[in-house]
Amino acid sequence: MDWNSSLQGLAGGVLIGLSATWLMATLGRIAGISGIVGTLITARPKGDSVWRLTFVLGLISGPIVVMLLGGGLGNVAGDAVDVTGRVIGEPAGGVALMLLAGLLVGLGTGLGSGCTSGHGVCGLSRLSVRSMVATVTFLVAAIVTVFVVRHVIGGGA
Amino acid sequence: MKPSTMKTVAGYIAGLIFGLGLAVSGMTDPARVLGFLDVAGAWDPTLMFVLGGAVVTNFIGYRLVLRRPNPLFAERFQLPTRQDLDARLIGGSALFGIGWGLSGYCPGPAIASVGGLTAPLVAMLVAMMAGWFLARAIPARG
Repeated sequence: MDWNSSLQGLAGGVLIGLSATWLMATLGRIAGISGIVGTLITARPKGDSVWRLTFVLGLISGPIVVMLLGGGLGNVAGDAVDVTGRVIGEPAGGVALMLLAGLLVGLGTGLGSGCTSGHGVCGLSRLSVRSMVATVTFLVAAIVTVFVVRHVIGGGA
Repeated sequence: MKPSTMKTVAGYIAGLIFGLGLAVSGMTDPARVLGFLDVAGAWDPTLMFVLGGAVVTNFIGYRLVLRRPNPLFAERFQLPTRQDLDARLIGGSALFGIGWGLSGYCPGPAIASVGGLTAPLVAMLVAMMAGWFLARAIPARG
């Protein structure tokens, strides 16, 4: 096991947890990305949209800050020379695959009222049964999908 | 500062810390996420540490914060109240999982990766937004 990656994962996870706690402490909101951004895009609620927009701007600036710091705090699993390029990884497929995947992610998180952050991080922290069921469901569906793509269709690539 | 300004700043800080966390943990790289989901391949446990670190931190954080009568810059805590398990929750989560497994992107990392924009990422983001509109158009039963 790559202990460096695991420790960085843990450190990043603590930051994500702190972000969720901060958002509850200040605005009383669940830090669910699909909820925050989906509501901003589809409903634009009056008096309740500006913090959603600044949240998105902050979310985008996080990885940029890490890149500007030279990736020293970032994901350095690859070779050190290519660190900056590796903070934000390459998409795993082309436009057609991403259109399909994006539609499923949007539709699914919209119908299921949450994603990895809302159900996974925040819901599990609240010991919510709905979030536990949702998290197990999307984890299993994702694991089965990767298995089919890589080992059934892809022949173990 | 005005309360609305505090809300605006607090939202930015939350997003920034979240984005830093995603970048530090390597979750903005779909290859790492797919490596975690590929249990039959060269399994990469990183995502487990990310989720574990986030849940334990926030579990403690929520316990401390929710003792207070209200949040700092808003009138009340807005916590989900539903307890029921329905087809929308489970079916939606399954669809999301398939999309996540195909791309390695869940909504947070997809949006956080805008600083490294590529054509496939644009496609992902546009389709994700279309999916959110579609989900709103499908009425909840009952």
